[in-house]
This record gives sequence, C-alpha cells and structure tokens, in this order.
Amino acid sequence: MSTFTSPSDQPYVLCQRDRALILATQGGLPLEPDPWEDLARQLGMSADEVLARFRRMQEHGIIRRVAAVPDHYRLGYRFNGMTVWDVADDQVSEMGRAVGNLPFVSHCYRRPRHLPWWRYNLFAMVHGTSRDEVEQKAGHIEALLGNASRASTILYSSAILKKTGLRFREQKKAS
Amino acid sequence: MSAQTEAPLFTGVERAVINRLQLGLPLTPRPYADVAEELGISEEALLDTLTRLLDNGTLTRFGPMFHAGEMGGGLTLAAMRIPDHAFAAVTEQVNHFDEVAHNYRREHDLNMWFVLATETREDIDRVIADIEAATGYPVYNMPKEEEFHVNLHFPV
Repeated sequence: MSTFTSPSDQPYVLCQRDRALILATQGGLPLEPDPWEDLARQLGMSADEVLARFRRMQEHGIIRRVAAVPDHYRLGYRFNGMTVWDVADDQVSEMGRAVGNLPFVSHCYRRPRHLPWWRYNLFAMVHGTSRDEVEQKAGHIEALLGNASRASTILYSSAILKKTGLRFREQKKAS
Repeated sequence: MSAQTEAPLFTGVERAVINRLQLGLPLTPRPYADVAEELGISEEALLDTLTRLLDNGTLTRFGPMFHAGEMGGGLTLAAMRIPDHAFAAVTEQVNHFDEVAHNYRREHDLNMWFVLATETREDIDRVIADIEAATGYPVYNMPKEEEFHVNLHFPV
C-alpha cells in the first residue's frame, strides 16, 4: 500500500521556511537517526518545527511521501513499457480510471495528441522483468479497452539518459 | 547510464529495506528506528544498508517526493524526434537544463522523452522554447490533462 495522501481541497501556500526545507532535502533526507534535528541545525529551526512542516506538506500532497526511489533496471525491472492508446475523447476519462485501477499500472494519465506525429491520448506505464511480461500486461489493458481503443503501441525505454528527480532552484524574488 | 546486464542479487535485509522504504518513511521523531523495528533489524543496520544501496546506485534517491503541481510549479512530459547521428549531442544539450528531471530514450520516432519541472507554470513554455533553440529540434509538450493513478512500487 502506498502512503500517498490525497491533496486536500484547500490549496496550501508554501512559506519561505517550507521552501528552505524543500531545498535542503531535494538531494535527499539526512541519513541520521534524527534527520529532523540534522535539518533543524542546518536551517536554524527546531526539530519539532521541521517535523511538523513535513507532516503538513505530506497531508496537503505537496510531498507524496518520503521514500526510496529505485533504479528499476537494477531491481530486475528492465522492461519499462509506456503503453499508449488512442481513445475517443468522450470515453477517455471513464476508460482511464478503469486502466489506472489495474494493479500493474504504475502511472496513468490523459495527455494531448500532436497530429500527425502523435495520436495517443491515454498513457499507462507498465514494468516487467521481460518484454513478454510487459506485452502480457498490455494485452490486459487492450482487452479492457476493447473498441474504445482505435490504435495503440508500446514504447520501451532503452536507456535512462538522466534521473535526478524534481529539483527546484532558489526563488529569485520573494513571494 | 544503460541498463544493468547482471542479475540483481540482494540479501534478505536489502530486499526488506528496498521494499519497505519505497512505501514511505513514517513522519515520526525517530523514523529510521521505527522502520528498523518493523523489519526486525537495528537502526544502524537499516542506515548502513540504505547508505550502501544509495552508494551502489540501486536506489537513485532517498527523500521527499515532491508533487510539483501542488507546489504551484510547472510539470510536464515532453518528447522529441532526434535522428541517431545527433542523439548523443542533443542528450547532452537537453540534460544540461536543470529543469529536466528525468530523460529516457524510447524506441519510437519520438525517441527522447523527458519530464520538465519548473518554478512556475509559465516557465514551462520558456524552457521548451530554450530547448528548441539550443537543439534546433521541435519539442512536443504533453502535459497531463487528467491523472488516473500514480503508484510506483517495485517489489523485489
């Protein structure tokens, strides 16, 4: 189970102290028994304040979770297939929810087409230890979509060219 | 970086740490001690294992996973069609932008796919224009219009 917290209805406005914490941890959380105290010392806050801000940011969905991000190739998931589908606009929301609920789909989004180069509007990412496994999973999606899908393909990744995670720079102007 | 070719071999403790920490650290005063207790290992063993998995590249990162959209920033997926002879040079040009968070080569006419994360939503268009100017190739912007599911978890 993921500990992902749904964003609340109220938008949460980041203050400068939140931003300082984000900047201090975007490279990673300190690997110290009390990581909050370590950050507190760096930033001139109390450890309680650091922890409270992390909790609040997670409750509001600004932080999905504090977690390990694996190099999935090294875990044996060598085949990362971005399955893409051309689904009629009036069916894509309903079908997207159904595809997103499949247990092996890690991300599922609706995105714009770019004709003539790109006709697909539904993206579902699946991972496997072999190409067969990815194709089998894509087969399940195809069966689920039925006639709603007019065309589809699978884009395999052949190399990670860069993976640094999301990074934010110091704000130039105070907000 | 290219895909590893040798089979992954993890100890029982490494496997437990990889699986557990992908789910998220509890936000408690001694989070590592709490996870260690759950896994039946010492806090020191957990921290040593985590450090080693980061050092050897099994884990690319351990820390907060930010939701850029919720932060008021810009986030998008973009793709390019790059001929083979230019691919290495364009990779370098694109990766040079701090706003490029992930970049994957994929087997398709659109063969370069990257995630852009920017300070403000308006910055996305500027960065895309800058990448087009730097590389000389068009960038196809594919922002998410609807999110159906996000749950990255790779059990080992």
